[in-house]
Amino acid sequence: MSTQRTLSITDKLYRNRYKVDEESHLWIKDPKMCLKCPFDFACIRVCPTDVYKWEENKITITYDACVECGACRIACYDVGWTNPKGGYGISYKYG
Amino acid sequence: MTEKFDSVVVGAGPAGIAAAYTMAKAGLSVLVLEKGEKPGAKNMFGGIIFSHHTEKFAPEFWKTAPIERHVVEYQYWFLSKQSHVLLSHRNQKFNGRYNAFTVHRAKFDPWFARLAEDAGATIINRTTADDVLKENGKIVGVTTERGNVLADVVVAADGVNSMLAKQAGLREEIPETAAVLAVKEVIALPKQKIEDRFNLAPEEGIAALLVGFGPGMHAGFMYTNRDTLSLGVGFGMRDLDQSKQRPNDLFEQFKAHPSIAPLIKDGELKEYSAHLIPEGGYNYVSNVSAAGMLVAGDAAMLVNAINWEGTNLAMTSGRLAAETVIEAKKKHDFSERSLHTYRQLLENSFVLQDLKKYRDVPKFFEENPHFFTEYPETLNELFYMWHVVDDETKATHIKKMKDYAFKRRSKLGALKDAYHLWRLFS
Repeated sequence: MSTQRTLSITDKLYRNRYKVDEESHLWIKDPKMCLKCPFDFACIRVCPTDVYKWEENKITITYDACVECGACRIACYDVGWTNPKGGYGISYKYG
Repeated sequence: MTEKFDSVVVGAGPAGIAAAYTMAKAGLSVLVLEKGEKPGAKNMFGGIIFSHHTEKFAPEFWKTAPIERHVVEYQYWFLSKQSHVLLSHRNQKFNGRYNAFTVHRAKFDPWFARLAEDAGATIINRTTADDVLKENGKIVGVTTERGNVLADVVVAADGVNSMLAKQAGLREEIPETAAVLAVKEVIALPKQKIEDRFNLAPEEGIAALLVGFGPGMHAGFMYTNRDTLSLGVGFGMRDLDQSKQRPNDLFEQFKAHPSIAPLIKDGELKEYSAHLIPEGGYNYVSNVSAAGMLVAGDAAMLVNAINWEGTNLAMTSGRLAAETVIEAKKKHDFSERSLHTYRQLLENSFVLQDLKKYRDVPKFFEENPHFFTEYPETLNELFYMWHVVDDETKATHIKKMKDYAFKRRSKLGALKDAYHLWRLFS
């Protein structure tokens, strides 16, 4: 794959190694707050791996793409964030 | 399992391993819990590790450690839309005495962790410490999905997102103004191509900082590894949020810059990673000690963004935390008061001395973003005006340059900036 053309996040994440848990380590604490989000959907905007999407009046979370950076949590206090269970989540080959 | 150790260290990064190594060497029983499948699995940085501090744990470590290249050149790129000004320092002294090495953390950290194991520490991977265990107001261990672990002292070296420091009440969430989101790609290129493109001999490498791209206070970074490049951007979280732009889109724009694109041409993407950097400096350093607990490395927000230093602060804080535990063990006193010595050791070392020296720098740049936006552009335009050849006299060119520069930033403004910079760093 050449880096000359613009890569989508999906193209990029395909290169990463994950061990996906059955349960999400991310959640929305109060989904009602999202309906009148005071932060202009900062979770969606700041996430480098497209974890958050606005679908049918709620935030959906593709937690298996998460690289556990923590940006969403800093941008919005309504994001529930914890470490994945031991051994799960992103597993860098380079880092 | 409910076992009791002299110390349980959470996180097998540079801070945790430095602590575990030092305590194990002194004969303490040490357990290290690592949430990743192996040390380094969750870790990402620019980046470089520093010889001086790594050698305290393994003299001449480059002979055995999985390092990439030693840095012989430091580059500062000032970008404008279709140009750059490059300030660069290459020195053969860096070939005689290695100063820093580029590494991949998923390879370096397991090697570093082995040092602690060889010294007698036990490392358990795939184990997340979920919470601190408290008894009579003191921290006495941690809970994990596999059971509780008891210890006289917990060393929280669980990284920038430290859950333990927050649970112990030692730290608040990092505010957007003190956090940088680093997004990075590892791009594979043949070794020879890297050496040709960066004018390097085998084993030699460069480290580069690139400013003047995108809206707000963002800075690119570039490091040469053996047969890969580490290319990334650090986004000030507040500026990223306010820009309403997506980090990956900004990163792709950065990669497409005419000065960057040729360097990564035909490269193959190997990994896409992201990590927060706690760049708030001295004013945001967390409380580092409680009864039964010490905090080290990124978890305590020990990063010197000005000099691109982090792993050395991590290793040193880990070592100083260990020395504190060793002394406390002698007195058998693990109270807040006893462990508070750690803060003193940090204050007396370069770790907090350096951060204290630069304590006003993060706020200054936050309030003066033109250093990252307008100045690089002005610099590029001035170089262009100086070199472009036409029928006008040099006197006219120089007058135009002056007019342009002072239109961009008034004489008074420029004078103020120079004065403030001088004050900040002297």
